[in-house]
Amino acid sequence: MTYLFAHSSRVGGLVGQHVVLVGVSLAIALLIAVPLGVLATRNARAGGVILAVTGTIYTIPSLALLALLVAAIGLGPVTAIVALVAYAQMILVRGVVAGLGGVDAALVDAARGLGLTARQTLLRVEFPAALPVILGGVRVATVSLIALATVAAWINAGGLGVLLFEGIGTDNPDKIVAGALAAAALAIAADLLLRGAERAVRT
Amino acid sequence: MAHGGGRVELRGVSVRYANAAQPAVHDVDLTVEAGEFAVLLGPSGCGKSTLVRTINRLVEPSAGTILIDGVDVRERDANDLRRGIGYVIQAVGLFPHYTVAENVAIVPGLLGWERPRIDARVDDLLHLIRLDPAEYRDRKPRQLSGGEAQRVGVARALAAEPRVLLMDEPFAAVDAIVRASLQDEIARVHRELGTTIVFVTHDVDEALRLADRVVVMNAGHIVQADRPEQLLEHPADDFVRNLVGVDAATRRLALERPLIER
Repeated sequence: MTYLFAHSSRVGGLVGQHVVLVGVSLAIALLIAVPLGVLATRNARAGGVILAVTGTIYTIPSLALLALLVAAIGLGPVTAIVALVAYAQMILVRGVVAGLGGVDAALVDAARGLGLTARQTLLRVEFPAALPVILGGVRVATVSLIALATVAAWINAGGLGVLLFEGIGTDNPDKIVAGALAAAALAIAADLLLRGAERAVRT
Repeated sequence: MAHGGGRVELRGVSVRYANAAQPAVHDVDLTVEAGEFAVLLGPSGCGKSTLVRTINRLVEPSAGTILIDGVDVRERDANDLRRGIGYVIQAVGLFPHYTVAENVAIVPGLLGWERPRIDARVDDLLHLIRLDPAEYRDRKPRQLSGGEAQRVGVARALAAEPRVLLMDEPFAAVDAIVRASLQDEIARVHRELGTTIVFVTHDVDEALRLADRVVVMNAGHIVQADRPEQLLEHPADDFVRNLVGVDAATRRLALERPLIER
């Protein structure tokens, strides 16, 4: 614990890097996962392919994926973000598919019967109704990415993993504890925050 | 606030779903006159819901033509068409994240009405269905009883002054007492507005109580389309006789009681 308090400003900086890594990855991941999820619910064949591919990506060990990406893109945060975006897809797409699939069919029937277009029905009715489930996916993805992002330090992408790898390299358990505690605290905070958001959007 | 009714003509309408052995609706001819309250009555699976959903193009017929006030519904954009036709379903389908007022304002909003006109219209409609605007405007659907929710469903369907109102088993999910009061309300609204109503039910008493004309359906066909008294006194065949049942005599008596003004 001593490292955590003695070097709180350094730890704080690494927490900041970690948050940026996860936040940027999550934002990009959502921009991809939401259209993919919509496509998967609209077209059964595309849905099968999307779920199979995102599921397969998720099974690749993170170190192996990073190593492959380093060979393709090189070291640094961009590579880490690509990996995190890829990992988040399965959880986020499944959240969108489960959310939209769980929308009451009568609600959609009423919306179409009132004369909302397919797009208006999606944006005004289906997404709001699916939001709690979609946010549940975002929460699980966020917590997973916070844990996964520690590995990013291995390819010079920064974040709290820096403390873990330094601690292992210099045989300094105090550093490892500091990094682990900070990452765990971050994950718990994100979880609580997003649980609150889920509750807030529930009707 | 009467806005009158449209004339709905179905000519040779058939609906065949993919993979179905029998057509859901087979060669149906039916004209619902302007301002008429027509009730489609029949057992589940007889095609009555499918038929009513062809009128607002939620179901596209595989054959036949549907005209509203002489205009083929297929000549119109489906969404524009639906904004001009009221639609009420059993499950109500109020948007759960919208308030009562926002739900009622959906179609006027889609049609681009000015804000003050929409606000005034919402209040008028809540008065029409006897929900005090001051109390109900800002409620969410989950804060409504089943009966109140369906009243709002009716108000929402009537918001843009449709000349035709389609109602698919609208009162089937509420208890008998609430159902009776909703039936009284829709009969009164029909008298006040003169809207053409095409109403689907499997409840014989409801059909006899509300209809100017009962359209009995079975297995995708129209078996008989007649005034309630005619249906009871001169059932076209055994199917209709069994449907109106052994209680025909009591039902005839009930018709003569001034439960609602006809």
